[in-house]
Amino acid sequence: MKITINEQIHQVDVAEDMPILWALRDVLGMTGTKFGCGKSLCGACTVLLDGQPIRSCVTPVKQAENKKLTTIEAISEQPAGRAIQAAWLDNNVPQCGYCQSGQIVSATALLNSKPNPSDDDINTAMSGNICRCGTYTRIRDAIKQAANNMETGHEG
Amino acid sequence: MKDNIVNISRRNFVKGFALSGLVLAVGLPGLSAATEEPQYGRNAMPHGWVDNPLVFVSIAADGTVTIVAHRSEMGQGVRTSLPMVVADEMEADWSRVKVEQAWGDEERFGNQDTDGSRSVRHFFMPMRNVGAAMRMMLETAAAAMWAVPASEVKAQNHEVIHQPSGRRVGYGELAESAAELPVPDRDSFSYKPASEFRYIGKTGNKNIDGEAIATGHTEYGMDVRLDNMVYAVVAHPPAYGETLKSYDDSETLKVPGVIKTLTLPSSPPPAMFNPLGGVVVVAENTWAAIKGREKLKIEWNSGPHSQYESEAFREAMKQAANKQGGKVLRSQGDAYQALETAHSSLSADYYIPHLAQAPMEPPVATAHFKGDSCDVWAPTQAPQVSRDTVAKWLKLKPERVMIHVTLLGGGFGRKSKPDFLVEAALTSKAMDGRPVKLVWTREDDIQHSYYHTVSFEHLEAAFDEQGKPQVWLHRTVAPSIVSTFDASTIHQQAFEIGMGVVNVPFAVPNIQLENPAAEAHTRIGWFRSVSNIPHAFAVQSFIAEMAHQQQRDHKDVLLELIGPDREIDPRSLQDEWNYGESPELYPLNTGRLRRVIEHVTEKADWGKQLPAGQGQGLAAHYSFVTYVAAVVEVDVSDDGEVSVPRVDIAVDCGPQVNPERIRSQIEGACIMGISLAMLGEISFKNGVAVQNNFDGYQVTRMDGAPARINVHLMPSDNYDQPLGGIGEPGMPPIAPALCNAIFAATQKRIRNLPIRYQLEA
Repeated sequence: MKITINEQIHQVDVAEDMPILWALRDVLGMTGTKFGCGKSLCGACTVLLDGQPIRSCVTPVKQAENKKLTTIEAISEQPAGRAIQAAWLDNNVPQCGYCQSGQIVSATALLNSKPNPSDDDINTAMSGNICRCGTYTRIRDAIKQAANNMETGHEG
Repeated sequence: MKDNIVNISRRNFVKGFALSGLVLAVGLPGLSAATEEPQYGRNAMPHGWVDNPLVFVSIAADGTVTIVAHRSEMGQGVRTSLPMVVADEMEADWSRVKVEQAWGDEERFGNQDTDGSRSVRHFFMPMRNVGAAMRMMLETAAAAMWAVPASEVKAQNHEVIHQPSGRRVGYGELAESAAELPVPDRDSFSYKPASEFRYIGKTGNKNIDGEAIATGHTEYGMDVRLDNMVYAVVAHPPAYGETLKSYDDSETLKVPGVIKTLTLPSSPPPAMFNPLGGVVVVAENTWAAIKGREKLKIEWNSGPHSQYESEAFREAMKQAANKQGGKVLRSQGDAYQALETAHSSLSADYYIPHLAQAPMEPPVATAHFKGDSCDVWAPTQAPQVSRDTVAKWLKLKPERVMIHVTLLGGGFGRKSKPDFLVEAALTSKAMDGRPVKLVWTREDDIQHSYYHTVSFEHLEAAFDEQGKPQVWLHRTVAPSIVSTFDASTIHQQAFEIGMGVVNVPFAVPNIQLENPAAEAHTRIGWFRSVSNIPHAFAVQSFIAEMAHQQQRDHKDVLLELIGPDREIDPRSLQDEWNYGESPELYPLNTGRLRRVIEHVTEKADWGKQLPAGQGQGLAAHYSFVTYVAAVVEVDVSDDGEVSVPRVDIAVDCGPQVNPERIRSQIEGACIMGISLAMLGEISFKNGVAVQNNFDGYQVTRMDGAPARINVHLMPSDNYDQPLGGIGEPGMPPIAPALCNAIFAATQKRIRNLPIRYQLEA
């Protein structure tokens, strides 16, 4: 199977039902995308498939064939991804950081679809991503800051 | 390996890297702590503390300063906070500092058990010593180079300045000569005055790993990759104490990518840190291993706890809690007599179920067994304990085991137990030394935790005609953590009753504290803030109930119970533990407790008018030698849905080293406290945890998080004062404050956690 991952074409020869997560992590060695639950319950494995956030732990690699995947490693290629990362650092969002790849990818997808998200929009878009350290209030602040910075043309 | 045992300290100091994976043991004379007297605090911990700058600091020729973090990073920020102390005290520029993680070796680094909210509390001073000694060595080297008196030179922001002439020399240029100097005695160097701190106590200190996290370039235990590595998952016995009877792997071996299956030895209870046993599936990737495990057909032998049922156990605990007797923990006056003659009285029962830590990164370890040695990479909170435990199981000497500590994707107490490292090491050995990454799935994590205990708390109070409390009676029933190490343990131990049962500073004439017996039927372990969770929930809920019964303001009743400002020797409360700290240095200070209550109620505008369905709740709790009070505000909808518009929380932890991380730890504790109160429950049927992933074991998500958390840190800039803990003490007051707020909003009293659907009409 040919999959475009972060603008690079990869030949991925694994069982078609292998979830994208394990193809990325174990086969391609891209470990930025995290394993948290394996059941689409926690969002740690979130990646973009043709721009849409998906849970890579339950999405078979076959579904990505001839499509474009974006992972945390290349999220900064997108203006929203850059703005989110900058706001994450500015707000010192991460604690242990393990869920943050998924949080950042979900937040980037949110800003791509809703440049000025309301609290409800944030709840809807981000409630699939669990953080056990409890960084939610900072995530909310950082998303708003990123949205604001993008609107006013600030990168960081 | 003997060839590798050389004194690397000075050599690597100059080269600019402090650590080398090959070096297993280096004897270090000099500043290692060793005293003969019985000790408290950091002196009482296994292997104590080390403050030799050559162990912790190295300087490269280009001036890059590398500082070793010897405690495990799990989100509390210790890889930032402790190296920052060294950098500040040695006048290093933080932007030119790199942090390296220590391997597991307490003789070299001092105690590494990253738990008990101890890292900064215990290592602030040793790290200041490291920095101050280093600064003096750099100044001495510069003075020698210029042939001037040492009194004329001063280290400042990564260089040493000759003050009369204005000459300057960078740390990189001094590295080699400074390394040749003797390490100065502790009484020969001086500390920076707090007024000159650049980083300690300052806001805006960035997490050293923040950028790597935000770009996906950190390495957690789950991310370790070795050449020729295989992957493994384990089918564990479903219930505590069960063992493997037989298994059929014929379907498993047909799964593409599966290499083989093997068995792990079962360990009868007590669990200690032993592996649970079961069947390992080894495969070319994690997915194949998981698929292969699904195809196993296994029969288990039932065990001593295969009948464990949470509902029945709860009933048994309730009966025990409502019967006079059990081990008397503290008795003052005559509570039973006073209850009979009291003007009015009140009693209530509270139940708090088992909880699983459920760190976002499940347990995982990668092991490479090499015949006469073994390397393990793992997210462990207990590097030395991991080393000793793996060595025991491999029948190697501990110095033949190297524990590489990765970043932890959360810990919360689960990763203090190295059972999963042992599994990985045994599997690598069974695979003839192939490196193995052994992954716990979320199901493994939630079904085979070292669970937070389960508790039943019975409280009684009695009042005189003026409504003044005359009796405080608390009967606490819960399996002890020590049962995990000694199965005959049926009473809570000093460190458990010292978490909010005996060490309550209540000024009531008749006090009776009892602990009826309770057997453990699963692995019980530490969960962030431990027994403070049930004890604070019961005590702080009950005080609100007392206030309600007496038709008085909760805050007034709470302050009255605490009584006048005084310093209480914890031993006078039959608290022999005191979080391991000196009773002289760390008395229970009721004035500090009062002040956090007054501060938080003022900040939260306590008693303000709120619309129907909204309310405020208060709770205060002393734990890990830190004083915390919280006001939670709730909004309960007509159909019983709870939202939290605001939490105010005041914290007095003594002097603050890294206020930014203190704030984030407290914010996180608020959310974890809300999570366990609203949703947290592990229950057992037939000895097996009913919940197995985040659908059954629910945790708070973005939509359940408070809209705002206001952390109020009590100012303290006297860095000679003893420090309090931070990682845990934010948790205990949250559940009771939340339930007190729900009562204020709805007149419904929650006595059984979790809240879940109890408020639905």
